[in-house]
Formats: sequence, structure tokens, C-alpha cells
Amino acid sequence: MNKQNESLYKHARATDCAMTGIFGAVGIFMVAFLILLTGYIIINGFRGFMPEMLSTGQNGILNQLFNTIYLVILSLLISVPLGIGAGVYLAEYSRPGKLLDFLEISIESLSSLPSIVIGLFGYLVFILMTGMKWNLFAGALAVSILSLPLITTETNSAIRSLPPEYKEGSLATGATLAQTIRHVLIPAAMPQILTGVIMAAGRGFGEAAALLYTSGQSTVINWSNWNTTSPTCPLNPFRTGETLSLHIWVLRTEGSLNPNSEAIAGFASAVLVILTLCVSVITRRLSDSIRNKNQKGK
Amino acid sequence: MIDQYTLKMVKKDRRWKGIYTFCGFFIIILTVAIGVFLILKGSDTFVKAHHSVFEFLFSSDWSPSDSVGDDSGSIGSLVYICGSLMTCGLALLFCIPLAVCSAVFLSEIAPKFGEKFFRPAIEIYVGIPSVVYGWIGLTVLVPFIANVFHAKMGGFSVLAAAIVLTVMIFPTITTVAADAIKNVPQGYREAAYGMGSTRWQVIRHVVLPAAFPGIATGVILGLARAIGEALAVAMVIGKTRSFPKNILSPTNNLTAAIAADMGNTANGGLHNMALWSMALLLYLISILLIFIIHRMSRKGKNA
Repeated sequence: MNKQNESLYKHARATDCAMTGIFGAVGIFMVAFLILLTGYIIINGFRGFMPEMLSTGQNGILNQLFNTIYLVILSLLISVPLGIGAGVYLAEYSRPGKLLDFLEISIESLSSLPSIVIGLFGYLVFILMTGMKWNLFAGALAVSILSLPLITTETNSAIRSLPPEYKEGSLATGATLAQTIRHVLIPAAMPQILTGVIMAAGRGFGEAAALLYTSGQSTVINWSNWNTTSPTCPLNPFRTGETLSLHIWVLRTEGSLNPNSEAIAGFASAVLVILTLCVSVITRRLSDSIRNKNQKGK
Repeated sequence: MIDQYTLKMVKKDRRWKGIYTFCGFFIIILTVAIGVFLILKGSDTFVKAHHSVFEFLFSSDWSPSDSVGDDSGSIGSLVYICGSLMTCGLALLFCIPLAVCSAVFLSEIAPKFGEKFFRPAIEIYVGIPSVVYGWIGLTVLVPFIANVFHAKMGGFSVLAAAIVLTVMIFPTITTVAADAIKNVPQGYREAAYGMGSTRWQVIRHVVLPAAFPGIATGVILGLARAIGEALAVAMVIGKTRSFPKNILSPTNNLTAAIAADMGNTANGGLHNMALWSMALLLYLISILLIFIIHRMSRKGKNA
């Protein structure tokens, strides 16, 4: 090997080492940053914990937590049937063509439109045009628009990835396509559909921009009032209902009114992060078990 | 001879087909409705109040009147538009090197560690609500910037907004870029290694160019997320209606203006109309980005 080649070779080796170092450093730094960030949010949230935060009073977040869960359940009641139906349509009934292209681009744009734009659409249609005040139901509708594409795509890919024998076997016994879908395909695809639903729920828990002008920024609940038509009844969907994430947004400006607002918002953040952690652990478990099952089948 | 039961089942089958088809079409109707309603409401400024689009986009003179029926005042939104573009541009500038390096790291250099820890970690990143990012930005990042750079407005700045956005779009760009890098055929790498290339040479001259369309898709997806992010940015940008002098000065952007003022303005007044026009602008930008992504992924599929 002559001298020139040798120096070239050395140079290449040195750059390779340096670049590997840079990639490794950036990668490890980002993972460390993430763990620190999550840890910081949770630890900082619980450091400012006061027992009264677990109440329904002025410093408590229980009302907001209840609103969040109630709103997510309401929105899933709307988006799950519609999403599964649309997913089934995509997987079993749609034919390639202009219409399908348009449907696909619709789903794509629904899933990547900014949530504030969806929220404004909800504000316009469910509040301004109906003349109602801000209410939980309008918020649930806005959130269900956000979760609809997620559930649709998950259902579609779940049904498409089933072995064709499932469908063929069922059709061969004389079942109609609708019976096959309802009694064979959807039950078999359920784990992956469920993953999509849980992901949608996770998105709903943290959603704030879409709710700003739909579900409202205040909460008045009387826990002893169970008359569902009354505006203070917890279960009345047509009352204003501030969710946990909106509560953080509102508290940001309330430092002068409530000296504890920073601690409350910190604790609410910690609760939200723990909720999303749970969601991602569950979806991960579910999708792992699906993968294992599929691999065993093969 | 078809018996009664079969007939009933066939009817039922048709009905279910109708229901599923309706669900599919509902998504199309919904998407079109969102567009139509936003366009109708957002064009009031120009149709009903007779302000020009040119004024809206290129003037920085913003003093719309807030009473219904009085259409005087000016609606130049250049400050907000610039605020949105600057924060997003800066965020991309920060995020692209970090995200591409991380993507290379997790798919080329340490694939096992990447799959076991990096991806789950990134999934958690995606799940953290944007308000929480905003809150951390407000309580940690803003004071930090105020202390370190002695910013005049106490840390509320373009820089703070850009950093918050960087953290928020990092997972999007990284996962898409990592997938693109993974999908580069193994033969490309082997051929380059066979000629005596080092790993860096393979990455730089073979893997990254081959994965470029996928990485670009990830960047545009990140941009789409960044431009539409509302509350997290609104919490740290400072909401001052002036052009930022440098990255340490506060400004305002489209989403923050909408989030802050939509509820406080009279419905039907010029101020309110102008806010709806901003929402329309946001919608059009997002649709444009979505369209670009759609075209790019279509090309990728055909290639």
C-alpha cells in the first residue's frame, strides 16, 4: 500500500469513527432528554401535590378529570361505530377508482388537519349554528372527528391483514358477506381495532385546541344533582365541561387569582402524562401480542 | 326456490352494505363540509366587508373594529403570518439534523437498541399532550431563556416557541425518516460495503440519498404539525403584535391569535371575520402540505 492510499484510508476510518460518535451522541442525547422530560413532569407534578387536589373544589382536578373521561367516552361512542363502518367499507366494499382515491385523501387530510381547525369547524357548526352554549357534547363531536381517521385506518388494515381463509371459509358455509363481516372478520380483527380505539382515546385525553371553543373553559358541577337536564348535573352532556388539558391552559393565566395554580397545573400535567404512558403501554402490549399470534400461525 | 329465510338474509346483507357504504361516504362528506364551511366563513372578510386579500396577506397594519356592522379598520395579518413561518422554519432548522441523526442511529448504527428502547420512547413523545409541552415551555424554558440570554420580554420569544415545536415534531420526522432508511434495500448497502466503503461513506453516499424522498415526507409532515400547533406555541410566544427584531424577541402567530381572540370578539364583527380568514389560511396551508405528502407517497409507491 503506498503512502497516499494509506493516508486516505486513515482519513476515511477517522471520519467514520467521528460520524458514528456524532450519531450515537445525538441518539443517546435525545433518548436521555425524553426520559428526563417525562421524569421531570411526573416528579415535579407530585412534588407540588396537595391532598385537596384530589377533590372537586377550587384547587381540585377531579371535576376536570371526570370531564375528560366522560368526553372521551362520548366521542368514542360516536367515532367507533362510524370508524369501524368506514374501515369495513374500505376493506371489503370499495373498488379502486376516483372515489376511493378521494376517500383516501379525505382520511389523510382529516388525520393531519390542525386540531384547532377542527375545533373551529366544531365551534361554527355545533355552537354558532345551533345557537347552543359551549357544551361537552360539541367537544365530543369535535374530538370524534379527530379520532375517526385513526380508527378507520386501523380497522381497514386489521381486516386486510386477516388470512383470506377466514372469509372464504365463512362464505363457503353459505353466510352472506354482511354475516361474515359481523361474525368472523370483525371479531378476528378486534385486537388491532382495539389498539386503534385506545390510541384514539389517548389522543382525546390530551386534546385541548379542538375543545377550546367547543366544550368550554369552565366547569360547574353539583355532585348531588342527578337530574340529567339540569346544567350542573355531572352526566348532562349539554353543560360546559373543561377537560384536564384545557384546565392547564386556563390556569396559565390565573396565577394572580389562585396562588396554587402553578402546582395544580403541574399535577394535572403529571396525571396527563401518566395517562398517556398507560395508553402507550397498553397499545404496545396489544400490538406485540397480535404480532406473536400472527407469527405462531405461520 | 329461494326460501323466506334466505330472502331475509339477502335483504339484511344489502342493508348492511348500505350502512358500511354510508360510513365510508360520511368521511368524504365530513371532509368536504369542513372545507366548505371554513371557506364560506373565512371569505366573509373579503366578500361581505370588502377588504382585499392583498391587504390581509401583505400588510402589517392590524386594527380591525370589533363591532358588528362596522367594517372599518385594517386587517393586515403579515405579523401573524411571519410569526408562524419564522417559528416553524426555525423549528425545522433545529429539528432536521437531530431527527435525521437519530433516525440513522436507530436504524443503521444500533438497530437492536433502537427497536427495544428508541421507538417505544418516541411513541411516548408523540402521546404527550401539546398543552403539557406548552406548560413545561412556560415554566422551565421561558425562565431559562430569560436568565441565560437576558431577553427583554422575560424569555417569551420566537426561540422558545421554536424549541417547543422542535420537541413536538421530533418524533414525527424521526419515525418517518427511520422507516425510510430501513426500507432502503439491503443490497445497496452490501454493494457499497463490498467496494470497501466505511459505514459513514455508505450512509452518506448510499443510504441517505436513497431514503431522501421518505425523509422529505417526514419533514413536511413535521411542518404540517408545527404550523397547526396552537396552545403550546401560544403559551411561550409572548403574543406581541410586532415583527420580532431577533429570535429573542416576542411576536405572535396565526394559531395563537385565533386561540386567544376568537372567543372575545363579537361574532360578525370585522375582527372576528379576520380571525376566521386566518383559520381559512391555516386550513389552506395544511391542505397544500397534505396534498404534497400525498403526491410524494404516491410517487414512492409507483417507483
